[in-house]
Amino acid sequence: MSGSLPIGALGRLAWRNLWRNYRRTLVMLLAIAVGVWAMIFMTALMRGMVDQMIEDGIAALPGYVQVHHPSYRDDPSIANRIPEPDAAFSAALDTPDVMAWTARVRVPAMVSSERDSRGVTLLGVDPAGEIALGFDTEDIVAGRWLDGPDDSGLVVGRKLLERLETDLGKRVVLMSQDPNNDIADRGFRVVGVYRASLPVLEETFVYAGKTRVQTMLGITAQVSEIAVSGRDYRNVDGLVAAVSAAADSEAEVVPWMELDSYLDSMLRVMDGFVLVWMVVVFVALSFGLVNTLMMAVFERIREFGLMQALGMKPRAIMFQVLLESLMLLTLGLLIGNILAVASVLPLSGGMDLGVVAEGMEMMGAAAVLYPALKTGDVLLANAVVIILGIVTSLLPAWRASRYRPVEAIAKT
Amino acid sequence: MAEIKCVDLCKTYLQGDAEVRALDHVTLDIEPASFICLSGPSGSGKTTLLNAIGGLDELDSGAISIDGERVDRLDGGALADLRLRHIGFVFQSYNLIPVLSARENVEFVMQVQGLPARERSQKARDILREVGLEGMEDRRPAQLSGGQQQRVAVARAIVSQPKLVLADEPTANLDSTSADQLMRLFRDLNDTHGVTFMIATHDERVMRYAKRLIRMQDGKVIGDDLQRPIDR
Repeated sequence: MSGSLPIGALGRLAWRNLWRNYRRTLVMLLAIAVGVWAMIFMTALMRGMVDQMIEDGIAALPGYVQVHHPSYRDDPSIANRIPEPDAAFSAALDTPDVMAWTARVRVPAMVSSERDSRGVTLLGVDPAGEIALGFDTEDIVAGRWLDGPDDSGLVVGRKLLERLETDLGKRVVLMSQDPNNDIADRGFRVVGVYRASLPVLEETFVYAGKTRVQTMLGITAQVSEIAVSGRDYRNVDGLVAAVSAAADSEAEVVPWMELDSYLDSMLRVMDGFVLVWMVVVFVALSFGLVNTLMMAVFERIREFGLMQALGMKPRAIMFQVLLESLMLLTLGLLIGNILAVASVLPLSGGMDLGVVAEGMEMMGAAAVLYPALKTGDVLLANAVVIILGIVTSLLPAWRASRYRPVEAIAKT
Repeated sequence: MAEIKCVDLCKTYLQGDAEVRALDHVTLDIEPASFICLSGPSGSGKTTLLNAIGGLDELDSGAISIDGERVDRLDGGALADLRLRHIGFVFQSYNLIPVLSARENVEFVMQVQGLPARERSQKARDILREVGLEGMEDRRPAQLSGGQQQRVAVARAIVSQPKLVLADEPTANLDSTSADQLMRLFRDLNDTHGVTFMIATHDERVMRYAKRLIRMQDGKVIGDDLQRPIDR
């Protein structure tokens, strides 16, 4: 066996040595388990928060991909409009990547009640299409959702209703510009009030029937945007390709990351932050790990000398100490993973952060947090602990293999 | 069988500020299948000589060869391999691995050598029976007396029948009956398998078993006599 390592002998020695000072091992195991739990649990909370912020952001856009007139993003007025999708467009989007799509008129407008006025974004929508895209009618807290594109009613947010000091059933006036830059206005009756996870959304968007808005603006079979939703907001390349193939060649097809670069940068920052967070937790852990291993090595100098005297090569001794570390890390990871899953699963229904709701809102996050336990994050936490743990253990392991047998055996 | 040549071995230790000459120009020829006792007072260089021959300690100067191979020129890995294949050690204090049972301690070297589990287990049981530890195979060192631990160490040293056994005060913790049994076992291995034994000892009873008695003092060989050993 002069070339290979006696894995069986080393494994048995490593395992038994681990339990030689079981109190120390248990304390270290607890430290690793709590560290791993903190890595995974806190990451799940942060991921949940960011996911929700992004999903809320996408819901406000809404859609994963949007089709616009090329000038719409610079000037989101009705002057920059596109033709309403036809049957060919609809057929082309009948792919597994596409979950739903809808076309809407979206223009800046002024809404006035008898008491106050506010600047808003007027959405002329196909109500069924919005539901398919993600609008939840459960969020209608008073009145009703729109019946169809011809519905003459208006659905406003809770917060806007307060600001305008108006109420359900009352009339308000919406005013915008038509394609000729003339004032286009119309009275609408408030038929529904919706709630959103963020109050700012409730103040910004008002919904009316698409055909009614087109009539008000003096346009026919034309819209501001086509919104398409897919299955994974992180991966929209396929969706962009499918929509680009279906859309008018002169139209601009834009994924949500470009529409809201703040959301995109938040997602990227989060990915980096998760890794930094895990490394920081591990660095704190590593002091305990190195100390434990160093103590274990110093206590057994004589044994390491004996093993060399019996014919064990220095690299085998180094491997044995690394194996001990690996066993300790693996056990700690196992316990930490179980703890993390056990503490995240009961919170899958959401964590009410009502007491810090205002702070969360300032960050653009909702008051109910849904932890998101992602396989990638769990694997990353495990990889960080194993890889950095082994790297950290190299010093004590190397130290153990460097003793001169005659001096080591003489140690008492 | 091992033929050992030691030529002009010198080794100096620093003890505080004082220099101690542990080996002072020691030259020895040891023929295959020798049974040698090294005697002399503490600090005479017996243990240093054994450690140097076993490649556990480095020399200041001189040359040691075992069967023509220069031990003093081998690196750490090659020395470990030499000890694993050809040399058995019995140390002054028992030096067992505390987390392994008596049988596992004996099996350890064979396991590192890569012997199959069944074979090494059988050999370990046989040798433990031979040293009088039948029924104690599964006890950990802490559950054995000093003498029993020493017998486990002896069993570990001889179980894979090395060419050379280097034993440092192997009977120091044994009663006279156990010491006699052990020396008979050594002599039997020497007579029947040609295993070379070099035993450092203060014990007159042990010296009686030696075929060659080397006396040391202040790191020098002061006597080297062939003798007629007592019958085993």
